[in-house]
Amino acid sequence: MSDLLETIFRREAGRCTATLIRILGDVQLAEDAVAEAFAIAAEKWPAAGVPPNPGGWLTTTARNRAIDWLRRESTRTERHIAAHELTQTMDPNEHPELRELDAYVDVVPDDQLRLMFLCCHPALSPDAQVALTLRLLGGLSTPEIASAFVVPESTMAQRIVRAKRKLRDNRAPYRIPRAAELPDRLIPVLAAIYLIFTEGHTASFAEELVRTDLSDEAIRLGRVLVELMPDEPEPAGLLALMLLTEARRPARVAADGSMIRLSDQDRSLWDRDEIAAGHELVRACLRRNRPGQFQIQAAIAAVHAAAPVADETDWAQIVALYDQLLAVRPDAVVAINRAVAVGELRGAGEGLLALDIIDESQVSGYQPFYAVRADLLARAGRLSEAVAAYDRAIGLTDNAPERRFLIERRDLIASREGA
Amino acid sequence: MAQYLLSVWHDEEYEVDFSGEEMQRIVAQVGAFNEKVEAAGAWVFGGGLHPASSATVLEPRGDDISMTDGPYAESKEQMGGFWVIEAPDLDAALEWARQGAAACEGPVEVRPFQGE
Repeated sequence: MSDLLETIFRREAGRCTATLIRILGDVQLAEDAVAEAFAIAAEKWPAAGVPPNPGGWLTTTARNRAIDWLRRESTRTERHIAAHELTQTMDPNEHPELRELDAYVDVVPDDQLRLMFLCCHPALSPDAQVALTLRLLGGLSTPEIASAFVVPESTMAQRIVRAKRKLRDNRAPYRIPRAAELPDRLIPVLAAIYLIFTEGHTASFAEELVRTDLSDEAIRLGRVLVELMPDEPEPAGLLALMLLTEARRPARVAADGSMIRLSDQDRSLWDRDEIAAGHELVRACLRRNRPGQFQIQAAIAAVHAAAPVADETDWAQIVALYDQLLAVRPDAVVAINRAVAVGELRGAGEGLLALDIIDESQVSGYQPFYAVRADLLARAGRLSEAVAAYDRAIGLTDNAPERRFLIERRDLIASREGA
Repeated sequence: MAQYLLSVWHDEEYEVDFSGEEMQRIVAQVGAFNEKVEAAGAWVFGGGLHPASSATVLEPRGDDISMTDGPYAESKEQMGGFWVIEAPDLDAALEWARQGAAACEGPVEVRPFQGE
């Protein structure tokens, strides 16, 4: 039963909270009421059984709880007014059906979308956006989020409390941005979901290379976003990118926990269903012809996924896509990945030249820059420079499997240099 | 409706030269922005301040109130002026701040007033 409750909680928490915020106009009150409803469910359901519409049951119970609290605390004028307004629209005397828990509070699908835009309000820092998204939409507890991001629980608790207070004190509106604002407002939403995904995929400090929970949650949020914004191509691009990356997961980590590079992966281990779903989304994006950074990244992942073996990768296509990506997102991360592709297509020397366009002072703390440089140098036969670059990369990573991989490569090149 | 403080910030060394071409342009832009805020009914108060070196700080010390040459904040960045506006929500306030920042060609900080 507790597993079942956990599953229902994960599935319903975001929806339930989103609806309660709309009804109550207060994030904290909504959260407390939802927590209380889940506590009541945990007490009642084991004996009474799970109701046919658990989400509706939970939402209605949470709302009724909130009304009780507001009534009890009605010495405070503001709250009294709030309780009055609530019960005016939903007085059980006027609406006897409300006494029955079968008559549920309307769940507006848009509520979850409102909540996504609230959690990822551009007035909040990316860290706060991610934390709030996981807390309110993912239903993760503060300790869970803290451990996922390897920060002390008190730090995470403060981050979440501050973010909620900022939104409340500033009267951040609970609405879906208008069409004109949408492109700008969608960017942080997509970025937050992708950050949750990548954190799950490559944890910076964790011993385990992949933390499933966060990746799964990001994909779930991506699906919700695609469902709620079917006309926007970038959410579909993001979901495709996540599915195509996730598909490689079984091939990414060796039995001893070390990382396996894309080119060395056993492609028969890739999840074919996820790849098919990703390809389908990429094709749908291409038909719309409104490219954006996530769609282009998904297209790149799709080209990789289409190659039965690494040697058959269509690098010309990948370089062309990176050129396109660099045009919409001219940053070092894209330039580094493009250099890798150029190295594959035209040789290591050309790859190193492609890397030269990056201002090294901007990437001096960025491990992938040195790892890529080291690999290209090694392939160009510049072994001592390659060893130095590997040393630099090793010093910049805290991820144990990644570290092991880099040390192995360095030792291999160093032994070749000595020979 | 809520009220928001939109403050304009610049370097403490900032010298206002009203005869300069740049300042003329900014004054015209801010004037047009002010009119827009007023026309929308969002205007509460606003104005530019003399340089931070003109400030004096009064501070309780025991039973006394001490007086020192200001500004209070020992910061390279100082407030150069502000608006108080009325807006239905944060997004509306941010939109005014966006236009304000463009008009005065400098950073604008948005901060909500406490309710009654």
